[in-house]
Amino acid sequence: MASEDSSSNIPDGSLNSAVPPGPLPDKWTNYKAKAKLINPSNKRKYSVIVVGSGLAGGAAAATLSELGYQVNCFCYQDSPRRAHSIAAQGGINGAKNYQNDGDSVWRLFYDTIKGGDFRSREANVHRLAEISLQIIDQCVAQGVPFAREYGGALANRSFGGAQVSRTFYARGQTGQQLLLGCYQALEKEIAKGGVTMHTRTEMLDLVVVDGHAKGIVVRDLVTGEIRSHAADTVILATGGYGNVFFLSTNAMGCNVTAALRANKRGAFMANPCFTQIHPTCIPVSGDYQSKLTLMSESLRNDGRIWVPKSADDASKIRSGQLKATDIPEEARDYFLERKYPSFGNLAPRDISSRSAKEACDEGRGVAKTGLGVFLDFSDAINRLGVETIKARYGNLFQMYEKITGEDPYELPMKIYPAVHYTMGGLWVDYNLMSNVPGLHVLGEANFSDHGANRLGASALMQGLADGYFVIPATLPNYLAGQKPGGVKTDAPEFRQVEAEVKERIAKLMAVGGTRSVDSFHRELGMLVWDKCGMGRTKEGLEEALAKIPQIREEFWKNVRVPGSADGTNMELEKAWRVADFIDFAEIMCHDALAREESCGGHFREEYQFTAEDEEVKNGYTNPGEAMRRDDEFCYVSAWEFKGPGVPPVLHKEPLVYEAVELSVRSYK
Amino acid sequence: MNLTLKVWRQSSPNATGRIETYEARDIPGEASFLEMLDIVNTGIIEAGGEPIHFDHDCREGICGSCSLAINGVPHSRENGITTCQVHMRKFREGDTIWIEPFRARAFPVIKDLMVDRSAFDRIIAAGGFIDVRTGSAPEANAIAIGKEDADEAFDAATCIGCGACVAACKNASAMLFVGAKAAHLNILPQGHPEKDKRVLAMVRQMDAEGFGNCTNQYECEAVCPKEISADVIAKLNRDYAAAVVREAVE
Repeated sequence: MASEDSSSNIPDGSLNSAVPPGPLPDKWTNYKAKAKLINPSNKRKYSVIVVGSGLAGGAAAATLSELGYQVNCFCYQDSPRRAHSIAAQGGINGAKNYQNDGDSVWRLFYDTIKGGDFRSREANVHRLAEISLQIIDQCVAQGVPFAREYGGALANRSFGGAQVSRTFYARGQTGQQLLLGCYQALEKEIAKGGVTMHTRTEMLDLVVVDGHAKGIVVRDLVTGEIRSHAADTVILATGGYGNVFFLSTNAMGCNVTAALRANKRGAFMANPCFTQIHPTCIPVSGDYQSKLTLMSESLRNDGRIWVPKSADDASKIRSGQLKATDIPEEARDYFLERKYPSFGNLAPRDISSRSAKEACDEGRGVAKTGLGVFLDFSDAINRLGVETIKARYGNLFQMYEKITGEDPYELPMKIYPAVHYTMGGLWVDYNLMSNVPGLHVLGEANFSDHGANRLGASALMQGLADGYFVIPATLPNYLAGQKPGGVKTDAPEFRQVEAEVKERIAKLMAVGGTRSVDSFHRELGMLVWDKCGMGRTKEGLEEALAKIPQIREEFWKNVRVPGSADGTNMELEKAWRVADFIDFAEIMCHDALAREESCGGHFREEYQFTAEDEEVKNGYTNPGEAMRRDDEFCYVSAWEFKGPGVPPVLHKEPLVYEAVELSVRSYK
Repeated sequence: MNLTLKVWRQSSPNATGRIETYEARDIPGEASFLEMLDIVNTGIIEAGGEPIHFDHDCREGICGSCSLAINGVPHSRENGITTCQVHMRKFREGDTIWIEPFRARAFPVIKDLMVDRSAFDRIIAAGGFIDVRTGSAPEANAIAIGKEDADEAFDAATCIGCGACVAACKNASAMLFVGAKAAHLNILPQGHPEKDKRVLAMVRQMDAEGFGNCTNQYECEAVCPKEISADVIAKLNRDYAAAVVREAVE
């Protein structure tokens, strides 16, 4: 079955998703029943490299060590506890149906497929929904302090794109608590000797030996030393590429280097144009700004989103002549409640973001820059009292007040969409292995489960599913065919890659130009935000593709990296990452250009419903909604690197829907 | 606004450090403290110098990376925030700001304002976990945990491991950090089986790392960005004393 066929995932062959046969609900069970195993005494002979220590990487490293493998885990931060999973606020989905509100594995599966606008792989998503149950059990056993009812049972709340309450949460710090559970499991394994942890160490390249991923080249961020590490398999859990936009809700260090380097070594980059713009972030206030701050989607449970009906009122709010509270009820447009009555303020992220953009494009924005809408808690405060709202969202309200200097208990919050998550990533099959044998990719770094749009509280679920439960079951399918310790760092491939890495560092140090790394990052980010952000057009994307090479040329001619490469040098770290973001931006724009449809986070302005369309006339959807083109684009795009300055080549994995029917995604 | 910065510069772990003076010009009040340093660093880079190194990542107060003592106080005089959540609107035109690393024997300086806090990881590795193999967990609702206990455990669990408690303490004690993790896990029923082993191992590792003793000054509580109560220290002392007695009896 599946895994034996993976070797056909070679550049000239078609992509084999290795989805096991059988009815959808039985695939994972059957897979596990027949999957290869490695006996306990042999496991310790195999070594595994895990890059990244967030929910996916940390969970994988800890669990694989428990199973007996020798694990080497790498992170650029000073401690694995600081991976950016820690910043996730709202929650984690689990189809427990503790609320008795009609939830089930099937419903979580279906919501995720529909939420992803029918661009994800059925079998992977169903497996994710199945595993969601075990994840909650595992986290509770580790001591994750989820919110509870007075009787002692676990509490739930609602999230966007679902009509059931299936989200488990730990106030507004769910990611932190899940990551600490995972980090503590990892530290436990470090103490036992199963995991060797390499902090402040960044992977700069992948080493492929005889077509198989067998190691990495890293830079020690304290000493500057360039080192090779070999293993029987490499797992990348390096997160998303949201920082290609410069401003995003990602941590400052989040980067695409590991994934892009893997792409250059043969792994395909899948659906890079599927990026998630989160609707509830604090608006941009000035050009000194280094990052954007998310306000959890959970706020939409009780907050109502609105702008004034008239552009005139909005302009008076912007200039300070009017306050939000001066606008009477009948002059307000609660646009999500108006357009999507059954989901209201809990409409999915892509749809909510686009609606906010439309309102602002019409001149009805309320922040000083014109780019902002209100998120108003006054109704909820009147209904439930300040104390209840404080208990639910206290830390988020405090965070808002600290950043903006405004008190959200008195005045509505102002929010605007910002880049938050990237659904695209390296292509993987059902085993979570890329088309390069031995290279596995987990969590946000792969493309597999969220299609064109991710639903809230699903990223934590996927990261932990991949790390705790999927990779431990699928890894033996690859390793069983490998001789343990077959490749060592004395192989010539390691020398070659090390030499290339050192040469690139020397080149960066030698430019000696006049512009800071940040200035290039900002220029690139503004370009892709403008042309490949919330709205995309053929002309805009072609313009971006013409400009990116100019940015690259200027970068390599005029960037200034001060200091020395021998020792701590944060500008050098940034320069390496930004150089990779520039190359990545090109692939992302190629993908957005090639996908001539609108779906999820990818909105091509040429493809939207109009009043003339049947679906609008019969009331199923509205003019301006995204128009998918299933007949031509129901596939995963997988881009092959063809060399510097050469356009990447598109491969397609057709998406076959056996269990669900493709439909227009309506949240009316 | 325009400010004068007095910044600790140290080129490498063994080099001698010194305070250098920088002028920060035209800083917007809406900028964060770290964005102010970004602006200053851009100026330094364009003038051919080496930028001021400091740890930072999420810039939203949760990863625990940022670690500056501002005017002698770890993070900020303002309660409940990290360095990255300090905003420039809190300063006045013409202010002089002293910026130093989190200082402690157990936190050696790496470069400028960056310090090595890996001692914290080793304390967690010694016992700051519940030993539950992936896959062996019982059904999540099988253990009822009262809301009060869950909330109390949560309050302790919010620690971000930044080390401000250590930097604020005249003895460089890590009792608030260790107490917070021990309280989080010891309060929950899942953590009971390993309670004694946990506190003994964590406290012994803490001592081995060179952190000092607690003399009840509560500076740690005052600077903690997550406002963790010093009650966790009292609880740690109780749990530790009980564990020592039981260890001696067995």
